[in-house]
Amino acid sequence: MADVNYEIPEIQDEIETPRLKEGASAHLGPYPAQEKHMAPLGFPAARVEDWQSKGVEKLGELLKKYRSLQVYLDICVKCGACADKCHYYLGTRDPHNMPVQRAELMRGVYRRYFTPAGKLLPGVVRAHDFDEETLKKWVTYFHQCSQCRRCSVFCPYGIDTAEISMAAREIMDSIGVGHKYTTEIVGKVHTIGNNLGIPQPALKGTLEFLEEDMLDTSGHEIRLPLDQPGAEVLLVAPSADFFSEPHIQSLMGYAKVFHQAGISFTISSYASEAANFGMFIGSFDQKRKIAARIAKQARELGVKRLVVGECGHAWRVAYSFWNTLAGPWDFLDPNYPVPQHICEFTYDLYKKGALVFDRDANDDKVVTFHDSCNVARATRMGDRPGGQMMIPRELIRATCNRFVEMDPDTIGEKTFCCGGGGGLLTDELMELRVKGAMPRVTALKRVMEDKEVNFLGLICAICKAQFSKILPIYGIPMETVGGVHQLVSNAIQLGAKRGIV
Amino acid sequence: MLTILAYAVSILFLLGFGWKIFLYARSPAPLKIPTTPAPVTRAGVIWRLFTEVALFNSLFKGDKWAWAGAMAFHGALVLVAVRHLRYFVDPLPASFHMLQIFGIVAGLVMVAGLGLLFLRRLVIDRVRYISSPADYLILLMLLGLGFSGLLMSFFLRPDIVGIKQALLGMWGSVQGLPAASSPGDVVFLAHLFLALLLFTIFPFSKLMHLGGIFFSPTRNQIDNPREERHVNPWAS
Repeated sequence: MADVNYEIPEIQDEIETPRLKEGASAHLGPYPAQEKHMAPLGFPAARVEDWQSKGVEKLGELLKKYRSLQVYLDICVKCGACADKCHYYLGTRDPHNMPVQRAELMRGVYRRYFTPAGKLLPGVVRAHDFDEETLKKWVTYFHQCSQCRRCSVFCPYGIDTAEISMAAREIMDSIGVGHKYTTEIVGKVHTIGNNLGIPQPALKGTLEFLEEDMLDTSGHEIRLPLDQPGAEVLLVAPSADFFSEPHIQSLMGYAKVFHQAGISFTISSYASEAANFGMFIGSFDQKRKIAARIAKQARELGVKRLVVGECGHAWRVAYSFWNTLAGPWDFLDPNYPVPQHICEFTYDLYKKGALVFDRDANDDKVVTFHDSCNVARATRMGDRPGGQMMIPRELIRATCNRFVEMDPDTIGEKTFCCGGGGGLLTDELMELRVKGAMPRVTALKRVMEDKEVNFLGLICAICKAQFSKILPIYGIPMETVGGVHQLVSNAIQLGAKRGIV
Repeated sequence: MLTILAYAVSILFLLGFGWKIFLYARSPAPLKIPTTPAPVTRAGVIWRLFTEVALFNSLFKGDKWAWAGAMAFHGALVLVAVRHLRYFVDPLPASFHMLQIFGIVAGLVMVAGLGLLFLRRLVIDRVRYISSPADYLILLMLLGLGFSGLLMSFFLRPDIVGIKQALLGMWGSVQGLPAASSPGDVVFLAHLFLALLLFTIFPFSKLMHLGGIFFSPTRNQIDNPREERHVNPWAS
């Protein structure tokens, strides 16, 4: 057990809805951004003088820009259907982590300044000023939302708390109250090209090292090309795939798939990041700037297709937003969807017979699959609704003999966030991350005990990083965590049959 | 007096409701954000919205008790509203007599549903925590409407003929409030004022969920961002 000064939730047989505990996670705030993080993104370096009026003004501006915000601030009836659906509420018991109550932090301000009821009868409708105390709660609790959208599944009006927390973060950035972790990372993408700040030479060295490693272990010359013009595919992976465990195992899986299929590809050092933290801070402009790097590279390298690696929110931005942010993609091959998820890509090749898998290679594993929140609830794979759930599972079944599902209330569209999404994968929020992982850990422990599961298949860089760190705290070995393409990497038969293009 | 109130409340309601719908329709949807799995066709989206509006599909997934209370209340409210047409239509088509029994039963179901929703607010600690005075007051207002209506149906019958004449005439000529010459008439006046109050606060309260749900991007967008380029009107 790690050395911690807070209570680690006790894992029960079932996920239990706890009673409220006022202020239970009020002490868990993010580190504030400093001038060096804020200024490069065009945000005020420190809290501005007239932050109250500026903040309210910004809210008014966003109401005119986002229908979601205008409608969702208006129509909540406070039925409470969402109240017990948030992993952070279940894990911390803090009432402000009930999605409805989190949104109330903004609704109270909205009512006060933008509705007749809030101006005339603030006490009756619970309207409140945008004051010091409110801002403090905004900083705290809008950074205890991982924007996973689980609440929106159960809301009778589809109210999406992610939209509200994104708007809140955009408002806070606009008055100079930023979050260090997310703003720092967005800055790194603009200057270096990826979240981890890996410069081109280091990336090149890593890829070469991995190529040698694969040659040694497989006997095949599997390439991980960098900045190669004229390649068929630009592979955009989360930069964690280049440096972190177990991410790197999936990267080798992607490379083997390309190798075996005989499709040329390249990684770009300029656009070496699939993640887009512009989404976490709610900034359309930042999202667009980050996405533009990929479009620029795709043109410059002359590729015909875009394939995105295993990363949840990145797939949301790529699948749902890229066409708006950086499209149209009329210069790419119209015979393939733009972009394609690596799971779609691999599954498609497998279906065509271009890949051969040996399931026995994963016989040391009993696998279960964690649907990443953004993939499950904000994207699709394939051409049918729900393909985002089906295709990764089909890949696991194709590469493993033993696959087991977790509690149906914790998978598919009802999946729980890993606890580290939405820009919260940072050390100062460790207590929140541990507690927020409780629902997933509960479901996982259940199948580990009942069905001998020993491998948690993932398709998200954040999920992988979060679980690698959190599961050991709950007494589950770190090696349990891995990517779906790690399974592919183990099972793929190299040289068994040349691929088709 | 009745005529002035009827016109004032109607104008306020129509302008307020219209203004809100205009606001919702005017505000742009910069990005595709349907909660997936989502329909990939327009017809699919219409079906999705229908299941949400008619069956409260998502609420059913989320909270069975809230769903039961809301379904009972809203379903019954529709029947009750249809039955109320009898007070505004003359001569009354024969088919309205068939509605009578449904309308009366619906009145009971409606109050029961509201009661359940009210109890949830008091009993479940999470729902109690999130409830504001306004949330209770709106439920009390609707309960008041329901109880006063049932009271008139079962016990204290007001002068229905006189009331109907006043209601039929209120748009065309200046009508005073119906006379309060019996306890039933007094109950009717209370019923009438609550109804006027309901329409008055409607556009300025959470009751706007009636119009808003059709504008919810997570529910009304087609899941086709790769197939069709969605353009953000303020950043194209």
